[in-house]
Amino acid sequence: MAVITINSNNFKTEVLESKVPVLADFNATWCGPCRSMKPMLDQLAEENKGYKIVSIDVDDNSELAEEYDVSSIPCLVVFRDGEEVNRSVGLIPKDMINALVEG
Amino acid sequence: MYDIIVIGGGPAGMTAAIYARRATKSVLVLEALTCGGQIINTPDIENYPVEAHISGFDFSNRVYEQAKGLGAEFAFEKAVDIKDEGSVKTVVTTKGSYQAKAVIIATGSENRKLGLEDEQRLTGRGVSYCATCDGNFYRNKVVAVVGGGNTALEDAQYLAGLAKQVYLIHRRDSFRGEETNAERLKACENVEIVYNSNVTRLISEKRLKAIEVTNKLTGEVRTIELNGLFVAIGRVPENMNFASVAELDEAGYIVAGEDCHTKTEGVFVAGDNRTKALRQLVTATADGAMAATEAVKYLNNMSL
Ligand SMILES: Cc1cc2nc3c(=O)[nH]c(=O)nc-3n(C[C@H](O)[C@H](O)[C@H](O)COP(=O)(O)OP(=O)(O)OC[C@H]3O[C@@H](n4cnc5c(N)ncnc54)[C@H](O)[C@@H]3O)c2cc1C
Repeated sequence: MAVITINSNNFKTEVLESKVPVLADFNATWCGPCRSMKPMLDQLAEENKGYKIVSIDVDDNSELAEEYDVSSIPCLVVFRDGEEVNRSVGLIPKDMINALVEG
Repeated sequence: MYDIIVIGGGPAGMTAAIYARRATKSVLVLEALTCGGQIINTPDIENYPVEAHISGFDFSNRVYEQAKGLGAEFAFEKAVDIKDEGSVKTVVTTKGSYQAKAVIIATGSENRKLGLEDEQRLTGRGVSYCATCDGNFYRNKVVAVVGGGNTALEDAQYLAGLAKQVYLIHRRDSFRGEETNAERLKACENVEIVYNSNVTRLISEKRLKAIEVTNKLTGEVRTIELNGLFVAIGRVPENMNFASVAELDEAGYIVAGEDCHTKTEGVFVAGDNRTKALRQLVTATADGAMAATEAVKYLNNMSL
């Protein structure tokens, strides 16, 4: 499965109503550490773990960034049943990204 | 067993790998995060020869591809110890251990923290270490910058163009940074410089709400309500794990000259984590070249 790009239209269905946990990557095209993290997120998505990975561009979705109080990127937020359950700010390695969801 | 293990995949470490591979030595680069090092944080590099403009991310990627193309191996693991067993060195990582005949320590530096309670929890919730990365989230809001060097001055200037109000908290009464930077900042209407003061407390609920600032001379305590605090008080090396093989100075830098030798034979240092006068890409890559060349010389002498 590939990383799903989020906009204001599909946030509710893809994230809040998702049956599986969601790892949301808040990022921006101009953010170097976000770009560094992208290949790792792509790999995790391809490995078909038991969760979904979505990408949220904070410039295109500033209302979502505001709603979820994202003020530093890269910011990874884990949702379960529509609720935030975990969060991490800054560049982290792949196994730590996975551990955010799988614990 | 590798010929050379390089600890750290920043500009210094990756350049060392390039030089070592061109001398046909086998090389493993150990990197704790992703390759690139601190430079990935900057959107625009303007002072590295050949390219007038290049983003830190693109710069890093191109050096990485170059090193990989030459046959350097990479493992994404954090090194936590180096054991010197004479002609063999064992590098212990968070996941296992590797052996090599020579080691190059190129672990760079990281942001210095204020060391205040809740700082870690509030990172990304009002506390930031990168104004150009996170400034946009503070449009028309109130922010403060802590620090007195050029980075702090430039951050404050950048934020003054976005935020409603900027406080610059500086522990001295004058600036070490470039004169023009300070003068430009003083002319900004929405900037207040708070001299002789330290940030002494972070006040928060879920996110940062205010900071407590203490004047060093008068002892006066002032509370400043704000949305964001940008910490720009320099960078620190993280060499403690390697203190048994390399001498550290008071600030934690590995003591070494231009030749990049440490006190241990076969262990070299390269980049921002070495004692030196200028910490930039061009000096980091220069160190990488030097350390690798010295390591190759060491290996070749060994096999005589
Ligand atoms: C925002 C910003 C802007 C900058 N702009 C410029 C500029 O325009 N021009 C310029 O010339 N310089 C610039 N610099 C400085 C430049 O980035 C540094 O001088 C250079 O990156 C130093 O390279 P390095 O390889 O020594 O260290 P680093 O870049 O710090 O790389 C060290 C690497 O080692 C890894 N590491 C650390 N510890 C371990 C461990 N125990 N095990 C495994 N890996 C580890 C780290 O994750 C990191 O990837 C800038 C720096 C910053 C922060």
